[in-house]
Amino acid sequence: MASSGLLAFFQVQVPGAAEHRVTDIFKPLATPAAAERDVAWFTIAVTTLIFIVVAGLIVYTIVRFRRRPGDDLHQEPPQVYGSNQIELAWTVIPILIVFVLIGVTARVVWSVENASPPPSTLHLKVIGHQWWWEVQYPDYGITTANEIHVPFSADGKEATYLELSSADVAHSFWVPQLSGKTDLIPNRLNYMWIDPRQGGVYVGNCAEYCGTQHANMLLRVVAEDRSAFQAWAQGQQKALASSDVSAGRAAFESLSCINCHVIKGTKAIGKFGPDLSHLASRSTLAAGMITNTPENLKKWINDPQEVKPGCLMPSLKLGGPELDQLVSYLGSLK
Amino acid sequence: MAAIDQPLPARPATIREEFSWSAGLYKWVATVDHKLLGLMYIVSALVFLVIAGIMAAVMRLQLAFPNGHIVAPDTYNRLFTMHGTTMVFFLGMPMVAGFSNYLIPLMIGARDMAFPRLNAFGFWMFLFGGILLYFSYIGGSGLTGAGSAPDVGWFAYAPLTEKPFSPGASTDYWILGIFTAGIGTIASAINVIATAISMRCPGMTLARMPVFVWVMVIDAWLILIAVPPLTAAQIMLAYDRFLGADFFNTQAGGSAVLWQHFFWIFGHPEVYILIFPAFAILSEVIPVFSRKPLFGRPAMVAAVIGIGFISLGVWAHHMFAVGMTAWSNTFFAASSMLVGIPTGIKIFNWTATMFGGKLRMDTPMLYCCAFLLQFLVAGLTGIMLAVSPFDWQLHDSYFVVAHFHFTLIGGAVFGIMAGLYYWFPKVSGRMYNERLAKWSFWSFVIGFNLTFIPLHFAGMLGMPRRIYTYPVGRGWEGYNLAASIGVIFQILAVGMFAWNVIYSCVKGKKAGDDPWDGWTLEWSTSSPPPEYNFEKVPVVRSGRPLWDLKHPQDPDWKFGQ
Amino acid sequence: MAATVTPANVAAIERNWTLPDRGTVGILLLMITESSLFTIFVVAYLVYIGKSLSGPYPKDVLEVPIISTICLFSSSLTIVIAEKALKRNELGKFKLWWALTVLLGGEFLTATGMEWWKLIYKDGLTISTNLFGTTYYSLVGLHASHVVVGLFFLLIVMTASLTGFPIQHQERRVKFLSWYWHFVDAIWVIVFTVVYVIGR
Repeated sequence: MASSGLLAFFQVQVPGAAEHRVTDIFKPLATPAAAERDVAWFTIAVTTLIFIVVAGLIVYTIVRFRRRPGDDLHQEPPQVYGSNQIELAWTVIPILIVFVLIGVTARVVWSVENASPPPSTLHLKVIGHQWWWEVQYPDYGITTANEIHVPFSADGKEATYLELSSADVAHSFWVPQLSGKTDLIPNRLNYMWIDPRQGGVYVGNCAEYCGTQHANMLLRVVAEDRSAFQAWAQGQQKALASSDVSAGRAAFESLSCINCHVIKGTKAIGKFGPDLSHLASRSTLAAGMITNTPENLKKWINDPQEVKPGCLMPSLKLGGPELDQLVSYLGSLK
Repeated sequence: MAAIDQPLPARPATIREEFSWSAGLYKWVATVDHKLLGLMYIVSALVFLVIAGIMAAVMRLQLAFPNGHIVAPDTYNRLFTMHGTTMVFFLGMPMVAGFSNYLIPLMIGARDMAFPRLNAFGFWMFLFGGILLYFSYIGGSGLTGAGSAPDVGWFAYAPLTEKPFSPGASTDYWILGIFTAGIGTIASAINVIATAISMRCPGMTLARMPVFVWVMVIDAWLILIAVPPLTAAQIMLAYDRFLGADFFNTQAGGSAVLWQHFFWIFGHPEVYILIFPAFAILSEVIPVFSRKPLFGRPAMVAAVIGIGFISLGVWAHHMFAVGMTAWSNTFFAASSMLVGIPTGIKIFNWTATMFGGKLRMDTPMLYCCAFLLQFLVAGLTGIMLAVSPFDWQLHDSYFVVAHFHFTLIGGAVFGIMAGLYYWFPKVSGRMYNERLAKWSFWSFVIGFNLTFIPLHFAGMLGMPRRIYTYPVGRGWEGYNLAASIGVIFQILAVGMFAWNVIYSCVKGKKAGDDPWDGWTLEWSTSSPPPEYNFEKVPVVRSGRPLWDLKHPQDPDWKFGQ
Repeated sequence: MAATVTPANVAAIERNWTLPDRGTVGILLLMITESSLFTIFVVAYLVYIGKSLSGPYPKDVLEVPIISTICLFSSSLTIVIAEKALKRNELGKFKLWWALTVLLGGEFLTATGMEWWKLIYKDGLTISTNLFGTTYYSLVGLHASHVVVGLFFLLIVMTASLTGFPIQHQERRVKFLSWYWHFVDAIWVIVFTVVYVIGR
């Protein structure tokens, strides 16, 4: 298709990973996005046809009726005031086109918005924060952040139903290859669903301006087959920290970190920031901004303002062995 | 002293006044003359255009490459807020007022607007509002920091704008600056409608009133009905921020979505308010440069009225992602597509005007032709956005940014440029340089399209709006670089236009009353018009009084026009 | 410029050319735009009925302001009588009925002020208390501010007429002011219905 070729021309290839980083809305990998893609193509086809006809007429008119050198400047062309038949024709035809589009639109709106979830659906709650995503799995008793694991199945039998809300300002959940976006609005519950057809990591963005670091409130939906998903969920349910008596844990529990973060089984029960119980199981930090490596984690903990200026985590600027202990402790929370 | 029965002494051939700076300044500050006020509106708007344009250039510099560091995140967020707010309220709206106020009395054979002092009041409210908004750079943030401009986006969604999330005074400047300017806008709208109803010269029935005036009158109606909702919402937000009210305080049960409804009940008609001057201008320029009357005049007027009405019922197409019911998402999709029908009819009628004519491709006409093609694209991407499921992907992405810049620059600004060049000889008494104008035009066309066509694709690849940077590997790099390069051509175009205006005002060839062989009443008086507009109030018998004069053998009124 | 039509019928066209008075048009347009403003506050009021998370609630604290409503509506009558008197040049009668209008308008404002005093100090309801407080004070307050503006201009006319200013030559402007006053009354019908009937 010419346009995807054009799109491909401008793409920069990133090596490795089954990561869907180039989030082309014309390459859907779930039903909502596919339905939206189909209606998109139909609309583009209709509008392109209209463009060719109308633009063709405009260009033809300009070229054909241009004043040419040698034209008699005093001879005015016939003064035509209008034509009722022509007006009627070019009123009725657009009305018909619009009716067709309305019908097609209505059908897709209903099929996506009022779809009933299949029985095996996973239910998630996503709560927007400035500038990270809180993700709760009520059926599993898990709370995590930013990286959302869901099961996939090529025949679409594995669906995930998301309940969206916000703890502060309006955000929007947009992972283009899975679905169109739905807003996260405080004091309001919104719903959307996805049924990934392929495994891999789907990248997305917050799509409603929410303040300073709106640009870096990224989403990662990790679609895995049922058994891998179950294994992940079970891992998340464990409270690793209770058996750990390292210096790092002691350091963590002595600092103000515990006021904002939760690590299951420790003194940290703060709800303001992301749940860190299984931080090391995530591939990125700072809502998808940087990869989760010890060096990056050290940089982040020491001075988050350097990495993500304006974010709501204060810079403790610890330095020294305490910082290294923290990093190794958090790095152990798989 | 002459005795009564003796002849008066001979008067000198010309009377030259001593030029005095204070007299000159006083004339402009205290004027109630619609022509001077109209000029002040337009010049102020162009100054704001340059300021907001520089902001855009900085943003495009930041986004030319991934991980841009030209400006800090907060600075960028202020840039897009101020860019949007300035362009809409301090470029678009004063252009509406400027063109209306300068041209309507001249076109209807009146000596001034219905309420000249209200006119002046409206202008100064607009200017003070703009100054107040920009004062935020010095005065914002209150005691907690140095000054800063609002950074909440031009539509200032709640609850981001509530005190907890926007401490300091920057949002308050947004509220007060626009509130003040809004009062001026409403005053101007009342004046326009009253003028068109009550001040037409003898013989000028509404049917014979120029289509330009019709369009600007309907524009004024839209302002009267659609601007108060914004004023109301801003009062409510001010109550929330200053008095602890709960209109949009979600913690107390308030609704963030209610702000969106109120804002867009204003915001959607607003964009029609902004495009109408271009519609009005094209309806005058295309006929004159095609040497044919406007095709389907009654249909054109009916179409504008239709657009005005329907535009009041489409607002929630800005809210398709908010989680409305399927019924709402379908209704607003339908109404949004319906508004495209009268709009399309206008494009067809302008084209039909040109069809069979003898097209003079001078700069005003070039801008009209570019408008037709660009606004067609804009309207069609608008249809795409109206299809709500398609919008669920495109909403809040660069596709929307591309769409509205096509309507606002490709449409409104290009139309306004046609008008500025067309009436420049009337206002200044001199012709601009046609060759430089054509260079400026082509630079603008190339630059504008190079910037905004690629951004459609960036949006379809998932690039959201209002992000101060983006990472490598999302596929957005090439499009953003192309877009940023286009800015260079646009800067050159604006520079050439500014130079053309300044130089021509001083050194341009004298234009005479009627350089374009036009047909409406403004071309019957001198260039520039005297303060009293017409020596004698004209009496008309058709919609093209000057055509009747120049063609006594086949005047319009013989054909019931 | 030369006439577009023959000199003979030019004069006829000019003589018969009447258009609506610009002041009339202006004041009507003002009412339309103000209606748009009030509509949004009314919508906010209706949307938030019953949504307050905590009290006080309307039925607990709102007393229907019958007297002040009667006064305000009566002031529309007295102003009509005053206008008619002015038309017939009966200045004494005009001054009397105009002053009555001012008094009745003043009563309305005083009653509103007393109602607000009670709500704030006795019932603890302010604009920041809950959604009811927010929408009540903003809607009733918006109307009251329009009464204040109207009263201000009514007082100017009263002062003018009492100090010998020839008010009978300003009939047209007095007419526009009275239209504004009727408009403020009409708005009260809506505000009253929304706040004291529907909202309670």
